[in-house]
Amino acid sequence: MNLSRFTRAGSAVAVGVLALSLAACGSDPEPADSASGDGAAESTETDSGEEMASLAGQLSGGGASSQEAAMNAWRAGFQQANPDATINYDPVGSGGGRTGFGDGSYKFAGSDAALDDEELAAAEAQCGEGGVIEFPGYVSPVAVAFNLDGIDSLNMQPETIAGIFLGEITSWDDEAIAADNPDADLPGTAITVVHRSDESGTTENFEEYLHVAAPDVWTAEPSGVWPVDGQESAQGNSGVVGAVQAGQGTITYADASQVAELGTVAVGVGDEFVEYSAEAAAEVVAQSPRTEGTSDFVYTIELERDIPGTYPIALVSYSLACTTYADEATAELVRGFLTYLVSEEGQQAAADAAGSAPLSDTIRQAILPGIESISAG
Amino acid sequence: MTITDSPPRAGVRPVRRRRSSDRGFNRAFRWISHGAGITILVVLAAVALFLLWQAWPAITAGGEQLATSVPRFPADTSLLAYVGPLVFGTLLAAVLALCLAVPVAIGIALFISHYAPRRLAQLLGYLVDLLAAIPSVVYGLWGFLVLAPVLTPFWLWLNENLSWVPLYGGQASTTGRAMATVGVVLAVMILPIITAVSREVFLQTPKLHEEAALALGATRWEVVRTAVLPFGRSGVISAAMLGLGRALGETMAVLMILSPGFSYSLDILAAGQHQTIAAYIAADFPESTGLGINTLIATGLALFVITLAVNMTARWIVSRRKEFSGAN
Repeated sequence: MNLSRFTRAGSAVAVGVLALSLAACGSDPEPADSASGDGAAESTETDSGEEMASLAGQLSGGGASSQEAAMNAWRAGFQQANPDATINYDPVGSGGGRTGFGDGSYKFAGSDAALDDEELAAAEAQCGEGGVIEFPGYVSPVAVAFNLDGIDSLNMQPETIAGIFLGEITSWDDEAIAADNPDADLPGTAITVVHRSDESGTTENFEEYLHVAAPDVWTAEPSGVWPVDGQESAQGNSGVVGAVQAGQGTITYADASQVAELGTVAVGVGDEFVEYSAEAAAEVVAQSPRTEGTSDFVYTIELERDIPGTYPIALVSYSLACTTYADEATAELVRGFLTYLVSEEGQQAAADAAGSAPLSDTIRQAILPGIESISAG
Repeated sequence: MTITDSPPRAGVRPVRRRRSSDRGFNRAFRWISHGAGITILVVLAAVALFLLWQAWPAITAGGEQLATSVPRFPADTSLLAYVGPLVFGTLLAAVLALCLAVPVAIGIALFISHYAPRRLAQLLGYLVDLLAAIPSVVYGLWGFLVLAPVLTPFWLWLNENLSWVPLYGGQASTTGRAMATVGVVLAVMILPIITAVSREVFLQTPKLHEEAALALGATRWEVVRTAVLPFGRSGVISAAMLGLGRALGETMAVLMILSPGFSYSLDILAAGQHQTIAAYIAADFPESTGLGINTLIATGLALFVITLAVNMTARWIVSRRKEFSGAN
């Protein structure tokens, strides 16, 4: 037996492996580069002869993570109709989306909040004067959900909800709850509040609702961070829903599409109680007044939380785009994609995938002219 | 059997050629292994520099400035006071996990090395190693969906009957999303590494020591106590420190199981009291911008320092104990 041969073979293998792994360290991360794109539309020639030619090219946007599930449905639907087109959406968060849109790295963006004056100025520097398109493309109702044996629905006034989430109402048979639910057989179980542990637009929206609807009880300024200490919390919609399911007498707020078989709260609006539904949530967006003093294509709304018959806790997420783009291919792609996004078909796809509330026809008619005006120039 | 590295006979050409190629090969291998060694240092230095560089804006910014730009940052505190509860939570989770895991791990290791029949020992060894291969996100899901509901009644019982014990005080969580559950899951996660290392150490106990003890009429427990454990002590300590390192940095499981909060509370059964650094970073990073990210990285720097300190302490303990262990 010759030992040296074996040791040499072994060391050759070792050297080879090391060399390979070192080479791997040094290699350029090229695939990652091209995947992230820089928002540039690398389009291939479209068949300009035909009117209905399918669109091609690559389009990069980013922003609110709340829109991610809907955006995946939109991308899938759009790319099915236009197999040569690629839409990328980076769910970096609303703030990142607005910044990226303002500095031109995203051709379109999603944001849970409308552009403020400063951001609008930055965006207009990119898009040209009055060239910013902004519309509520994604409306997601937020449900207040609880886990109590044998109870599917409870009526609650905004003050009651605020009291519960503040930890001031601690038992399910509290008078404030019982008064609005004379028929319910309320147990004496302690209330366990579960909130989102991560920063989230859903939290901010829910706080905003409480702050507006129950200003005397909920005094904390709305932010993405929950203001009450020492409560249960979990990450993400599925996290809070899971935590609520795991406990008894638990209550949380979550994307309405996620609450599954939990009991939900019919929210007090004026004198009546409105059970959550996609239609009732779409209605609140349709009936809320449009922000005044904006340019033609900026359709932002002042969400009103007390319109009778509407479900007041809805997350309104905006889509952002320009009316003019540097090249024809990008303009066509953005126009095509946004037209699909607001179409009945696109809104239904989002509703199926993300449980969002489809836009009403009135709003669609109001925002379509802006989208149709997108051109190169 | 020939061994080629024996002194070569002069003037025999094939041998000389082989030597010269060997020399080139040697040199290349030396360079590569040196390179690999240096890579570790470079990576470590790069991580440390990155942390310092990125954390610097948050370290130098005043409390007020941080309070306005970091959403979770309370008014009128300093960065140090902000990171404090996070460090506390991280250490609490790791220490809890260690307290639960080390006795069990030593038990398993002793069973495998000294009590179990050979076949069973092998099977058990495989199973323990298998535990180490489960990704932490699976542990997180398991802890969140299965373990927490199962443990909740037990925690409530502890809270009701033993609330005079400092750890069991406070308002117990009704969903089990508390530090105690995290401690149990982390203990399961670090069990394999502690068991595996301890087992190896116990197996290396000099046979003569054990036989000497047996010859003196020692029972099996006395053999373990007088020969095996003293010999393996430093090994067990370094095993525990390896486990501690993993527990300190564990993210996913904590993120999924714990209801976070920022306090110095010892109530491990209560929800919303503790948070670990790693889980905090993972939870808040997606929506952070600017100074918020710098603050997150500053907490990461704190974790880096803690881990470094833990490892150095472990080294120090091991090197100090080496002289007293039965190894010499």
